[in-house]
Order: sequence, then structure tokens, then C-alpha cells
Amino acid sequence: MSDLSAFREEARTWVEANAPEFLRGRAADPNAWAAGGRRAPFIYPESRDWLLAAADRGFSVPTWPEEYGGAGLSRDEALVLHEEIARLALPMPLTGFGYSMIGPTLLDHGTEAQRAEHLPRIARGEIRWCQGYSEPNAGSDLASLATSAVRDGDFYVINGQKIWTSGADQADWIFMLVRTNPDVKKQRGITFILVDMESPGVEVRPIRLISGASPFCETFFHNVRAPVHQVIGEVNSGWTVAKALLGHERTSIGGMGRGGARASLPDLARDYVGVDETGRIDDPAIRERVTQCEMDAMSYGLTIKRHGDGLEAGHKPGPESSMFKYYGTELNMRREELMLSIRGPQALGWEGEGFEPAELHQTRTWLRSRANSIEGGTSEIQLNIIAKRVLGLPD
Amino acid sequence: MASLVLTAPQEMLARTAAELVSKHGGVDRQRRLRDEGAELGYSPEVWAEMADLGWLGIPLAEKDGGLGMGLAETVLITEAMGRGLAPEPFVSAVVFAGGLLADAGSAEQRAEWLPPLVDGEKRLAPALLEAGSRYGLDRVETRARPNGGGWSLSGEKVQVVGGVGADGFLIAARTEGDDDDLTLFLVPAEADGVEVVAQKRVDSRNSAIVRLRDVHVTAGAVLGEAGGGLEPLGRAVDRATVAVCGEMLGLMTEAFERTVEYLKSRSQFGVLIGTFQALKHRAAKMFIEIELSRSTVMAAARALDEGSDDAELQVSNAKARCSDTLILVTNEALQMHGGIGMTDEHDIGLFMKRARALEFAFGDAAFHRQRFARLRGF
Repeated sequence: MSDLSAFREEARTWVEANAPEFLRGRAADPNAWAAGGRRAPFIYPESRDWLLAAADRGFSVPTWPEEYGGAGLSRDEALVLHEEIARLALPMPLTGFGYSMIGPTLLDHGTEAQRAEHLPRIARGEIRWCQGYSEPNAGSDLASLATSAVRDGDFYVINGQKIWTSGADQADWIFMLVRTNPDVKKQRGITFILVDMESPGVEVRPIRLISGASPFCETFFHNVRAPVHQVIGEVNSGWTVAKALLGHERTSIGGMGRGGARASLPDLARDYVGVDETGRIDDPAIRERVTQCEMDAMSYGLTIKRHGDGLEAGHKPGPESSMFKYYGTELNMRREELMLSIRGPQALGWEGEGFEPAELHQTRTWLRSRANSIEGGTSEIQLNIIAKRVLGLPD
Repeated sequence: MASLVLTAPQEMLARTAAELVSKHGGVDRQRRLRDEGAELGYSPEVWAEMADLGWLGIPLAEKDGGLGMGLAETVLITEAMGRGLAPEPFVSAVVFAGGLLADAGSAEQRAEWLPPLVDGEKRLAPALLEAGSRYGLDRVETRARPNGGGWSLSGEKVQVVGGVGADGFLIAARTEGDDDDLTLFLVPAEADGVEVVAQKRVDSRNSAIVRLRDVHVTAGAVLGEAGGGLEPLGRAVDRATVAVCGEMLGLMTEAFERTVEYLKSRSQFGVLIGTFQALKHRAAKMFIEIELSRSTVMAAARALDEGSDDAELQVSNAKARCSDTLILVTNEALQMHGGIGMTDEHDIGLFMKRARALEFAFGDAAFHRQRFARLRGF
């Protein structure tokens, strides 16, 4: 315990000394968050300063080993660091798929050469990553993917189409699943490979969603050549790597259910619905829904803590990520629905006059949230996984 | 907050508790006691064994003859009891009555009552509920009038858990007209004017009506301060609530596991019914709710043990979640068992009946959601 308080002191001093004044209090501003990359502009130059300061100290990827640009922090220390950053309502120095998905996957499954090549560049925000999993005909049934990779000397030649490639229009590299053997059980012929987005034959088209502009794209591959050494894990064993990575993705999407830097539901309800003479939310039905949502978030947060404490105590990670993905997203969606109900007609704004910026933002986040239970494996798929892997129910 | 992972000694305690419950017959024992119509509703030999293990003193400090353990340990015992529907009045007599006496009792009261309670020679029963009190601790009609140097008590308490065969009762009575003026009394069962009548509840547990007709007690029978009963009572209720949540957790886990086993063994249409996605998804959702429930119980127990500022919030969060999950799981368990689940011969009905008693113990989900909102100030 004393170690942690010493570290908190150190983290606090470091944050105070290095966090740009401009970014303090901007945690809720999506423009303040940086995912790095060669082509991605920093909307605020201070986000770049913040990222580089953190990278110099290993705090952009705090739990990674020092040799790959991290600080080698324990989970508890990283939590303390995050708390200290959140204390000043700062954005985290680095976000994105490099940090949350491909980095951890390389730490688990990459060769020494692959780690040394990619991890330090992720840590310094030099390379932005996107994910090439889903295809038009391979959504929930991801293993039926058809994008092919055919060996040609020291290269694989890739042809096909990926969809829902978030941020592909700004990414430098893609990690993707390709079919290297069409003649075996579908899970057995998949390979996990890294591809430079500047390779000839890669084409990206953005997708517009019901919420308006989106980070999602379609990405096309026409005879794209990727060196063989960019395969992660064994050839035809990509499904194993992919499942491990999906675990990181589920945990990351599911994490949104905790509320975090979002507006407080009770405060929002007090503002829009009003309070009675005793200070209670002046609509018993809304009050009940706010209470339920707050209690669910508390219980969910405790379950994440219990799971983390278990890992710390040496328990093996299991299929829990499906539980967190399912519950976290359903909770976030209920929360969005409730915020809509609380704002009432003022939640109907699309753009222009008559609506506060927060109200316009609300409309979009609500619409966007409808995808939470679809992306990263639908809620139904998560329930299937729990039924099969945790409960052992028969196919 | 402390780690939400069991320590090695806690794991051992949980195993010992599970062994004790199953050694005496598990759920079959509850069925047998019910069928015999035993008014005591539990097995004195199991109670004696719990005393030998030191569990009847588990929430008490070592100076009071206890083990000096906390709720984090207590819920492991109640969880094992919940799994096997063990009917011993552990929560009411030990966690509630013993804890309340240790918290608010005078040195004389503690010296007189705690050692025999810990040894299992005597048993106290908290008498809280009245016909009209629902979950309000202050909804008390029982009166205590000053009488000589002592008091004279009149009123009727209902559903006194463990009331049959109890050696004394903890009684909340109104000493003045004002709502806050609630006084706790320690009333021996053999006092003149005390009548104990066994009640039959749906869960077949030991339950009694306790009638008080001008029961005279001395000033030494007051627990804590005259007029100051509500606060220690509230603390005792919170501790007992968490212990009940442990029992709920054990019960829901057992009912759920039995149901999953049934889905893996029952065939219809030539296939195991566990292959049906309509059932798989409901089972998976129950699993998640049980996992969340477990986290809330562990957190609430530790929050009370640590005396955290948010302890009451954690208690209400746990009780609301466990109540909702328990009812979901036992209702679904019966539905998934189909017709056989409706027969008295099958055990699922016993789980369902006990579940309702636990749901309403110390406030249901709606009550605790209201309390949560009030504590949070919205």
C-alpha cells in the first residue's frame, strides 16, 4: 500500500509538471484525444505535446515493458496514473487500436522482431492502426471471411474487401484476418497479418451512419503484397490470435458502461426534469430509471474490479470478456436512451439553432450507441459464447 | 476498497461451511424438517456443531468471546447455508441479535448473554416486524410505558425469525409519541405476559408471533439509550442484510447450477433442450446477473467491515441486485424445469419458496432502490 501512495505522489507530480494547461478540464472533448499516426492531424497541438511528454516517460503505454516504450507499471500503478490524469480531467495521452488492441496482441503473440519493430512506434504515437476483421458476408459469422492471401515467394498477395474498418482513412497500418487455406474447416484456414496501408492496391471509402459522419470505412484490397514476416503467429492459426485480440476489443468497448467522464445522470435529470420540494427528481418514473442505471453501473464497476483483483491474484483470464462486452454495451445503450428521455424534445436536434451543443452531441451519441451491441461481436454472439464456454451448454 | 478476491483462509472457511451443510443432508434435511412439521424448524445438532466451530461468535470481537471476523467471512457461511437451504437461524440469532448486543449492550448485558450465545446454550431472536410495519424500522406500534423504575411493554410482533424456542427477544418499542423515540429492550422469553405462537410461512422456517401483554422489565433491560434505539437497530439491520445477501447468493448459484445441469440432461424433440438458443441466452443472462450479484455482496461486506463512507449505499445496492437476481433465477429455474419443477417432489420449489422470504427480508429491491436514491440525494 505504501508503495502505491509513493507512486501516486510521483504520478501526481509528473502530471502536474507535464500536462499542458490547455488540456486540463478537456477530458470530455473528443478533439483532445490523440491516436497518433503519420497522417492524423492533432486537432490541438497541445495533444501532441502531451503525448510526447508521456511517451518520454513510458506513460503513453504505462503497463508495457520499458524496452518497448512503456513504463513497466503494474495494473494498480497504471490505475493510479489514470486516476491522477482523470483528476485534472485530462484526456489520456494516447488512445486508439495500437494502444488497446494490436499492442497487447503483439506482446502476447508477436516475435521479438515484430515487437521491436512496432511497439515503440505505437508508444510514441508514430503509427496509427486500424482493424480488418469484418467483411460484407462475415459479420457475426466472422470465421467465414473470404479475403484471400496467396503465397508468392516472400510475399502474400491479398484480394478482397473489409468493412467497418474504423479509422481506416487515417490509419497507417492495418491488422487483418485473411484466408490462407480455403479447403479446411473455416477456422483452420485463417491467418493474422499486418499490412502497410500505403501498399499499392489498398483503397478506402468512408461510411456514413445514421448518426452522420463516422470513423467507419470499407477497405478494398487489389493484389496487395505483404511480406511473409508480417504474419503474426503461425500461418493458418490466425483464429487463435484473433480471438485473443477480440478479448481486448470487448474489454475496451465494454468499458464504456462505467460512465467515466460522462455527464452525471442525476444532475442531468435535475436540470431537465426538475426537482420537488424535497430535492428529488420530480418524475418518479425517471427517478426510478436513473436509480437503476446508477446501481447497474456501480455493480458493473465492482465486477470489473473483482475480475481485475482476480487477475492480480493470479487467476487465469477466462471468457469473462464476453460478459463485460455484453453488459457494458447494454448498459451504455440504456444510459443513452435514458439521457434522451431526460432531455425530451430537446434531444431531437440534428444541427443549427434552437439546441445547445450538448443536446446536438446527445442526438449523435445516442444514434451511435445503437452500434455498441453490434460491433465487436453482437450481444447475441456474446451470449452464445458464455453459454458454450462458461456454462458448457451443448451445440 | 479491499481486494474482491477470497484469501486462502476465507477459501478454507467457505469449504468447511459447504462440507458442514452437505454432511447433514443438504436440501434433503430442509425437506425432512418441513415434512416432520418440526416447530423448531432446524437441527439442534447442526446448531451445536456450528457453535463448536466458533461460528456463533463469528461477528463478535475476541473480547466478547467471538472470532473477531467480519462480514467478509460471515457471508461465506451464509452462502453455504443458502446453497443447501440450511435452516439454522444464524443470521437472526448470531449476525443480528449477537451483533446488536455487542454493539449497543451494556457490559452487564454482554457478560450475561454473549458467552451462552456463542456456546449455543442460549439463543436470542430479534422481534422487528409488526403486521403493519412492512420495511419501516420506525413503523412500530408496540408501546413501552414507564412503570416503577422499569418499563411495561405491550404489543404484537410477527414473523419473528427463530422465535420458537428462543430464550429472549430483542424488542423495539415506542417510548414516546415521537417517531425517533424508539427504544430497544432485551426481554427474556419466560417473562410474565410473553406469549410465543408458532407461525407457518411458505419457507417452513422457524417463525413466531410474539405477544406482549403488560410485560414488566427492569431498567436494565433497555439496550443502549432509552429513545435511542433506531441507530443501533439500523446498523444491525445493515449487517444482517449483507448476511442475507450471502444466503441469496448461495441459493441463486445452486438453483442456477441445477438448472444448467437439467438443460444438459433433458431431451425433447430428440435433442438436449440446452441446445435451444432461446434457453441458452436466458441462461447466459442469468450467469451475468449472478456474477454482478457476487461482486456487490463482496463489496458491501468489505465496505461495512472497513467502515467506508459509502457502506450504506453498497448494502442497498447489494440487496436490490440480489433480490432481483434471485427472483429472476428461481422463476427461470422453475420454468426451465417444466412440469416436473411444479411437483412438490422436486427441490426447485423449495428454492423458490425460500427465495421469496429472502427477497422480503430487510427490504425488497424497490425499497433498496429508493434508499439508494435517497442516500445519493436525488
